[in-house]
Amino acid sequence: MAEITLTVNGRSVTKSVKGNTLLVEFLREDLRLTGTHVGCDTSQCGACVVHVNGKDVKACTMFAVEADGAEVATIEGEAAPDGTLSAVQAAFQEHHGLQCGFCTPGMVMTATALLRDNPKPTEAEVRDYLEGNICRCTGYHNIVKAIMAASGQDVTSIAAE
Amino acid sequence: MPKDHGIGASPKRREDVRFLTGAGNYTDDINVYGQTYVHFLRSDVAHGTINSVDTGAAAGMPGVVRIFTGADFEGVGGLPCGWQVTDKHGEAMKEPGHPVLAQGKVRHVGDPIAAVVAESLEEARNAAEAIEVDITELPAVVDMKSALEAGSTKVHDDLSDNLCYDWQFGSDQAAVDEAFANAAHVTTLDLRNNRLVANPMEPRVALGDYNRANDESTLYTTSQNPHVIRLLMGAFVLGLPEHKLRVVAPDVGGGFGTKIFHYAEEAFVTFASRQINRPVKWTSTRSEAFMSDAHGRDHVTTIELALDADNNFTGLRTDTHANMGAYLSTFASSVPTWLHGTLMAGNYKTPAVQVNVKAVFTNTVAVDAYRGAGRPEATFQLERLVDKAARELGVDPIALRRQNFITEFPYATPVAVEYDTGNYHATMDTLESMIDREGFAARRAESASRGKLRGLGVNCYIEACGIAPSNLVGQLGARAGLYDAATVRVNATGSISVMVGAHSHGQGHETVFPQVVAEMLGIDEGMVDIVHGDSSKIPFGMGTYGSRSLAVCGSAMVRATEKIINKAKKIAAHLLEASEADIELKDGQFSVAGTDKSVAWGDVTLAAYVPHNYPLEDIEPGLEETAFYDPANFTYPSGAYACEVEVDPETGKVTVLDFAAADDFGNVVNPMIVEGQVHGGLAQGIGQALLENCAYDENGQLLSASYMDYAMPRADDVPYYKVDHSNVTPCTHNPLGVKGCGEAGAIGSPPALVNAVLDALNAAGHDIGHIDMPLSPSRVWSAING
Ligand code: FES
Ligand code: FES
Repeated sequence: MAEITLTVNGRSVTKSVKGNTLLVEFLREDLRLTGTHVGCDTSQCGACVVHVNGKDVKACTMFAVEADGAEVATIEGEAAPDGTLSAVQAAFQEHHGLQCGFCTPGMVMTATALLRDNPKPTEAEVRDYLEGNICRCTGYHNIVKAIMAASGQDVTSIAAE
Repeated sequence: MPKDHGIGASPKRREDVRFLTGAGNYTDDINVYGQTYVHFLRSDVAHGTINSVDTGAAAGMPGVVRIFTGADFEGVGGLPCGWQVTDKHGEAMKEPGHPVLAQGKVRHVGDPIAAVVAESLEEARNAAEAIEVDITELPAVVDMKSALEAGSTKVHDDLSDNLCYDWQFGSDQAAVDEAFANAAHVTTLDLRNNRLVANPMEPRVALGDYNRANDESTLYTTSQNPHVIRLLMGAFVLGLPEHKLRVVAPDVGGGFGTKIFHYAEEAFVTFASRQINRPVKWTSTRSEAFMSDAHGRDHVTTIELALDADNNFTGLRTDTHANMGAYLSTFASSVPTWLHGTLMAGNYKTPAVQVNVKAVFTNTVAVDAYRGAGRPEATFQLERLVDKAARELGVDPIALRRQNFITEFPYATPVAVEYDTGNYHATMDTLESMIDREGFAARRAESASRGKLRGLGVNCYIEACGIAPSNLVGQLGARAGLYDAATVRVNATGSISVMVGAHSHGQGHETVFPQVVAEMLGIDEGMVDIVHGDSSKIPFGMGTYGSRSLAVCGSAMVRATEKIINKAKKIAAHLLEASEADIELKDGQFSVAGTDKSVAWGDVTLAAYVPHNYPLEDIEPGLEETAFYDPANFTYPSGAYACEVEVDPETGKVTVLDFAAADDFGNVVNPMIVEGQVHGGLAQGIGQALLENCAYDENGQLLSASYMDYAMPRADDVPYYKVDHSNVTPCTHNPLGVKGCGEAGAIGSPPALVNAVLDALNAAGHDIGHIDMPLSPSRVWSAING
């Protein structure tokens, strides 16, 4: 067991963890932040994406001890304290970018990171950036559209809703 | 002007905020005080005799609470199959036992041998490694045709062979033979419908929680149909009466059919929790999901079409081998038969149609319904065949289809179903307007200038949804009714909870169902909430699959709401001192026709619960009604799809450039959600046609056991889709006139894509009859260079 201190969604947390506890397990089981999901065991699906020191990271690919001292942001911290959704979250709702919602936290965290680095991505850049995030429900159409809309680009001409 | 509320509007989904903020409540998010964890030790061989399972060393390991093996389940029932198919000789299908934990033999990679329950998952896993299993490996039965050869190894020793049933259906032999004997042209096609894994992004989870105080078991599970699980597990496996068993399916992260079925792990955690008197939780890993979730498709077919000299379809005959896997999953037997054979007429007025299906046991994971379930298999065969016929005859594939369309409704097919409505020319017209066929030659030339081959493929589909009339499916062998149920509970202040048997795991029922109830009552949608997923709260409904939620459960909800309106009118008549016949309900106001006298919805509901001034001698207080709805027929959505692709002849790589879907879903309550359903189905169909393949080697080893080897469609594999649902022929027999939209995209898309690739290759001078899915670069390259 090792004691780690990190910031999660702006709050400092100190806990003892085992060396082999994954960051995603630590978030889900120790902190009960269950918005971060586990969809695979080969780092392929992106359901677990969080931000570590401002970068999007698959939380199943790092140990909790590796996050010692880091700033971690999860889906639970994305909306404003009064509940106002972030631009990406709001666009996902507006454009029906989610169905079952299981991939959604990872999608939102990935998209948020993309737009931070590339505020006006092309459709191809969005699709490319989502390479590591699988959604089985939406066929990606409305996810891509939502991300384009969240970046402030006009999506009214995109075929169908 | 699009509507902003009620039927036909697209309000934002109310479930979204919780999912977007991490506040969803999926089964794995639930922990119960005192919870233990189970790890299943699964077979790593496809077929073998279990000589011994020694748990001695493992039992003493840290944290172990109890280890279970097949022996612990000897007095317990096996997992049942919910549909008995009768074969062509009038014999019942073979139904081998399916124990919760393997007994005597293992029959597929992943078959659970033992289960370790421990204080932590890590301890359970560690202890499982210390279990000593002695298995004598047997030859694996993998290929369906060799499985049926005399002398083949048997998957189940107590059966005479590996044939589950040999089923024949449709027109009589003489009529079919005559059509082929007199044909001017016969087109034949051999194909495989590739084995798929549904892969909802949420892996399955089951948490059993026994409460000794009232002898009640609760199962939290990732299910599309909690009442079905309660019935199957309670009555057939564990012998628990319904009133002592509660099944909760909270937020569920996608289903696509694979979460319909009753699985061993559900029965295990419920059973084990009672044995150790503590909660037991199982969370599937993705690797486990590949070897324990029921798979889909896996049909091998020869199909033949007879045409007369004018290119009219005169006869159709199919011969299919359908893989059941090692055990019969809950609805496995119905998929290649009643959900497949009944759709073989497609959109065409072929007078003689005969379907032959041999269902085969193999040493692979059980195969059952996956999005579309039987209908994608039917559509793929037929629409590939029609395309091949058009090429052989040198006629336009759309014209050939149009010439043979059914145009008069209702239409009784030679395969037992009666299509109530449809307009196949209209959806094809719409499709043609969406795809700019005239400009295709120029687009093809532009691709050619870059060394690429461009192709355009189309297909039609018809499906049977809204499953299903109980008396009909009962005759066909279903061991359950397929009605659904809704309870509308109006509260004193006028807010409403609607308890429904349907389950929402992405479909947005919490948004859509209130649109209907609120419109009927003329009140704000925000006053109506849907309750689903908990057998202790909802009436006995059959759940969500087969695009049935709105057509069947929605109809029950409409009926219950009508009962509410009838009773509320009686109360309003009393309050208004008028005759009930004169009461009108509009915009949430009850008024006396021809007067300005009215009472508001809230006044009536309050009177129902505070009945001071109330017709107590005539009606009971309260305002709560339940309806069960059993449909009179299936519903028949239909449509026409087109795909445009570019093939790189150097590498064989296929790029999907455009996909258009023109559907007739009958009336549409929420267009945004309907379109989302089509998008998702299209991606799954594109996945099947281009990427996905569940593969076993000849020893029964699962080669595609993770996302490294099983290629899921990703954002850069698919284009923006064009979808249209403006052609509406309402269903004639349900109150909303709805047909269902959940499966269409997955049913209609694979043939269009494959047809497009073959169009690209054949137009470039190749002569390729067919390429089996998925059209991976290597397969396409081999076909080009073969
Ligand atoms: S759970 Fe982390 S990538 Fe799948
Ligand atoms: S919304 Fe269900 S997996 Fe993406």
